[in-house]
Amino acid sequence: MISNMIKSREAILLAAILGLLAIIASRFPAYVEPGNLINVFNDTSTLIILAMGQMCVILTRCIDLSVAANVALTGMVVATLNTLMPGMPVVAILVIALTLGACLGAVNGLLVWKLQIPAIVVTLGTMTIFRGIVFLISDGKWINAHEMSAGFKAFPRMEIAGLPMLSWIAILVVICFVVIINRTPLGRSFFAVGGNPHAAVYTGIDVGRTQFLAFTISGMMAGLTGYLWVSRFAVAYVDIAGGFELEVVAACVIGGISIAGGVGSVAGTLLGALFLGVIKNALPVINISPFWQLAISGSAIIIAVAFNAQSSRTKGRVILKSAEHTA
Amino acid sequence: MTDATHHHVPDRLTTPLQRALKSWETLLLTVAVAIFIVNSFASPYFLNAWNLSDATFNFTEKAMIAFAMALVIISGEIDLSVASIIALTSTAMGAAAEVGVGTPGIVAIGLTVGLACGAFNGALVTGLGLPSIVVTIGTMSLFRGISYIVLGDQAFMNYPDSFAWFGQGYVFWVITVEFVFFLAFAAVYGVVLHKTNFGRGVFSIGNNPVGALFSGIRVKRVKFILFLLTGLMAAFASVCLTSRLGSTRPSIAFGMELEVVTMVVLGGVNILGGSGSIPGVVIAAFVMGLVTFGLGLLNVPGIVMSIFIGLLLIGVIALPRLWFQIQVMRGK
Repeated sequence: MISNMIKSREAILLAAILGLLAIIASRFPAYVEPGNLINVFNDTSTLIILAMGQMCVILTRCIDLSVAANVALTGMVVATLNTLMPGMPVVAILVIALTLGACLGAVNGLLVWKLQIPAIVVTLGTMTIFRGIVFLISDGKWINAHEMSAGFKAFPRMEIAGLPMLSWIAILVVICFVVIINRTPLGRSFFAVGGNPHAAVYTGIDVGRTQFLAFTISGMMAGLTGYLWVSRFAVAYVDIAGGFELEVVAACVIGGISIAGGVGSVAGTLLGALFLGVIKNALPVINISPFWQLAISGSAIIIAVAFNAQSSRTKGRVILKSAEHTA
Repeated sequence: MTDATHHHVPDRLTTPLQRALKSWETLLLTVAVAIFIVNSFASPYFLNAWNLSDATFNFTEKAMIAFAMALVIISGEIDLSVASIIALTSTAMGAAAEVGVGTPGIVAIGLTVGLACGAFNGALVTGLGLPSIVVTIGTMSLFRGISYIVLGDQAFMNYPDSFAWFGQGYVFWVITVEFVFFLAFAAVYGVVLHKTNFGRGVFSIGNNPVGALFSGIRVKRVKFILFLLTGLMAAFASVCLTSRLGSTRPSIAFGMELEVVTMVVLGGVNILGGSGSIPGVVIAAFVMGLVTFGLGLLNVPGIVMSIFIGLLLIGVIALPRLWFQIQVMRGK
């Protein structure tokens, strides 16, 4: 029955996205042409990748507000490496970005695991620390397109079967997370830890270690995004992805991940991210100032979390009724 | 998760003096004095009445919010939207000033908007029973988002001259108006939290909301009032900040919520709720003000200072826990 609820929730979200597309298409048919939809998906790819990592963290009752700063720091480090060593292959850069991102995530995870500091405090702190380090590394300067090597910049734009590499990576990440969440003990332990930490301990799951792994995964995704972000926009500076952590959390909450932990799905998170992506890319088309973006994602978070609470409340009532009937 | 299996039973009670000496506030005060001494050696410009008076601006506005935030955190909630409330109230005041409203009207509009923001947060948290972290992350985007919709890349700066009194006025010699407000609010919040039934209620809600409810405390109403107060204090800080800057941009006070939360936690308030004190927050305000002012005199850029703030936030919570863990390991 619970899985039915989640399914129906994703159905609602999918319907909302399709409805949104239909409304936009009625006025601006060009928006729903395949070429443009690919652009919208490509533009949302970074959000999807980050939301997948954030999903793991939120499932374990934590929150990672440092992802955007992690993106900026990893992005600046790989961009700096690229200017110093232009010959470095993209594979090496990807490995460095993933490793560095994972290390930064592991710092969050260790503080949460070993010292049991609330995740929100840890990541609020590391958020500013990471961004400060970006400033220390770059000395406040920008790394511009002409300083980056051609291979470094070309990677996310490389097209395979009509889809840019950036989109393919997002698809690959989503597939990985489907496997991790649904088919591995680690994925199950995320739900166990978030659903009931005490029960998780009794079933032999180390709660702190699971949270540590969630943070490391989230950091790894942020590291990956760091390289993709910097190479796609061909610029690296201190304020890159400023405030993006809120959009990532918004994508998760809209996608039905309960902030109290233990409830959610990969499909929901993906749809949540796409929902925000469709709106974001539609704003300039329907001639609304981009300054509306912040207020819209804020409202989306509030509406989504209110909706989540409402649906879980009715679920409780239904269970009680059916229990009465069976008794 | 960690069961307290090992209880140390003391052979006599500690005297109030011993407890005071061992308290978090005493430690903080020592740190504050140490920073003051280090600063006065590090820079020749530090020990100057006017410079020190200027330095109070580093913390007075944040501290005003921190007092209300301390109560919210003690009650087990959090409000991350305070900086955005500043932006929205400042925008409302700027718009009012633009159409020629006088200073009392501007302030009244600012405080009303702040109360409305607080009521909105409070209604979502208490009325719908939503987690305050998500609600205020949402309203953090929403409130500042409205400022961006109204202002875009523009700015309001047609404030009347008399409006400057709040942020630029002096009461007596080097004592600023803001500093007097800071002291007054510290006294008010200290009394409310530590000397009234309402304050006792805040503590009991933070320790055990269900227990508080069953002992006759109207938990939802108290929490609603706390969010209302936080909105009001953010609006008041907005009046001071706007008056001091003399202009409003939608990016005003960006990221200030972090510094406010840091100040509260540094002041010894338990981030999980249930304990804390206003004197602690007052001393923490001085510590943060002295650190940023001292670093500023040494030409350290703002973003590097934020590294210190971040380290301070984590370190302040991490060090006692590390210390405790080491003690436990030694005990075994």
